[in-house]
Amino acid sequence: MKKNMTAALALTLGLMAGAASAQNVKVGIAAEAYPPFASQDASGAWVGWEVEMIGAICAAGGLTCEIVPVAWDGIIPALTAGQIDAIMASMSITEERMKTIDFSDKYYNTPTVVVGTKGMEMDATPEGLTGKIIGVQVSTVHQAYVEKYFAPVAAEVKTYQTQDEANQDLVAGRIDAIQADSIALDAFLATPEGQACCEVKGTVADDPSVLGLGVGVGLRKGEEELKAAFNKGIAGVLADGTYDKITAGYFASSIYGN
Amino acid sequence: MRGWLQPHRIVLILIGLALVWLCVTQMRWDWLPKYAPMMAEGLWRTIWLLVLSSIFGMALAIPLGLAQAAGPWFLATPARIFCTVIRGTPLLLQIWLLYYGLGSLFPQFPWIRESDLWPILRQAWPYALLALTLSFAGYEGEVMRGAFRSVPRGQLEAARAMGMPRHLILWRIWLPQALRAVLPTLGGETVLQMKATPLVATITVVEIYAVASRVRQDTFIIYEPLLLLALAYLALAGLIVLAFRWFENRGPVRHRPG
Repeated sequence: MKKNMTAALALTLGLMAGAASAQNVKVGIAAEAYPPFASQDASGAWVGWEVEMIGAICAAGGLTCEIVPVAWDGIIPALTAGQIDAIMASMSITEERMKTIDFSDKYYNTPTVVVGTKGMEMDATPEGLTGKIIGVQVSTVHQAYVEKYFAPVAAEVKTYQTQDEANQDLVAGRIDAIQADSIALDAFLATPEGQACCEVKGTVADDPSVLGLGVGVGLRKGEEELKAAFNKGIAGVLADGTYDKITAGYFASSIYGN
Repeated sequence: MRGWLQPHRIVLILIGLALVWLCVTQMRWDWLPKYAPMMAEGLWRTIWLLVLSSIFGMALAIPLGLAQAAGPWFLATPARIFCTVIRGTPLLLQIWLLYYGLGSLFPQFPWIRESDLWPILRQAWPYALLALTLSFAGYEGEVMRGAFRSVPRGQLEAARAMGMPRHLILWRIWLPQALRAVLPTLGGETVLQMKATPLVATITVVEIYAVASRVRQDTFIIYEPLLLLALAYLALAGLIVLAFRWFENRGPVRHRPG
């Protein structure tokens, strides 16, 4: 009898393990390049810090993941409609988004900076940006921040579908400043165009109610099992040094934040 | 009024009213007060882009059509090339070539950047208006070519035999008949032009489509803003059709030999 029970238990466990490993989690990433987090190499394959991290976190969480590129502005509807099962696209955890979707623990958190035209007098405060034209990517925490703090004093706030387009317009002189994640903008400033035209004007004052609590995995509400698996994966890569190893390949220092 | 109230129209009105009632009672409209001013502004921008690009486009289309129908080869050939290129490439591509191509070349010349024109040239709407105008001119130039050809040659020869100067022939006989012949086509083409206007949202011109997607991206409400958008475009299309019908009915009735 005892033997039977053990066998049954083993079978159940085996089935559960089988179910977990066979479960193909579709991880949505933004279809637009966001280097160095996610971009396509010459052969069309997705590369970058976040892409590597998806692989590491999924492996540590015991999940089989498949990367699905989705247009950024439709990525939350794609999640709620079931086309994808998780979002790992540098999406900040915010209260507004928590109304619609759920998040795992954060897996990175970087400061927000303002980059502007060289030689133009400004800093990352409402006073410093008075009368300036500010560009920002649509439906990001940065847009919310700019709308809250800078829109009342700025000459105009322009929204872009991708960060690349905002960068291009800054180079072309159509806008005076952009606000985004420091790392995304560091990559832009490292390019010849970015180097020639622009510089960091300052780090904006933190406001967690707008800028969020860092970047987490976006999940459908009520999927506690998947959330637990991702949290386990994030804790796992942080503990065993994989996180630091991947980060070292892209950044000078840790981007986990505090 | 009684003649207007046909059975098929009554049925369609009833279906429409039922749909409106369903939409109003079953869907979320709480976002509307916050975004209504932005939507009104967007609608106005759509309207003036449509009206101005149609008028300027038509003003270009008449000489383009005339050159192709009756001009010497050194006018006819460039006109034909222009129409072929415009009609043979996607409007989106033309908009992007003008905005990200031409518009990005300007700031490389300091004298443009320092000129009084720069505050206009750095904005997006001039490129949007130019692209829409050129597109309309390309299509209507081709239409006008056919219209000029359709006026019976006998009339023009008779006018010349009477000793009428060439510009008077064009102004009194050729152009009015060509325009009358083309009015029904022009109504349809203007509706098509209206449907082309959302493309300018990709270069940061915030017209009504851009506002609707902004609402979608801010609130994650999908159907309601899109339905309202469809309604706005339907109303605009209706107005265009009515305006052209009014124009058609105004002119003298053309008597065809029985």
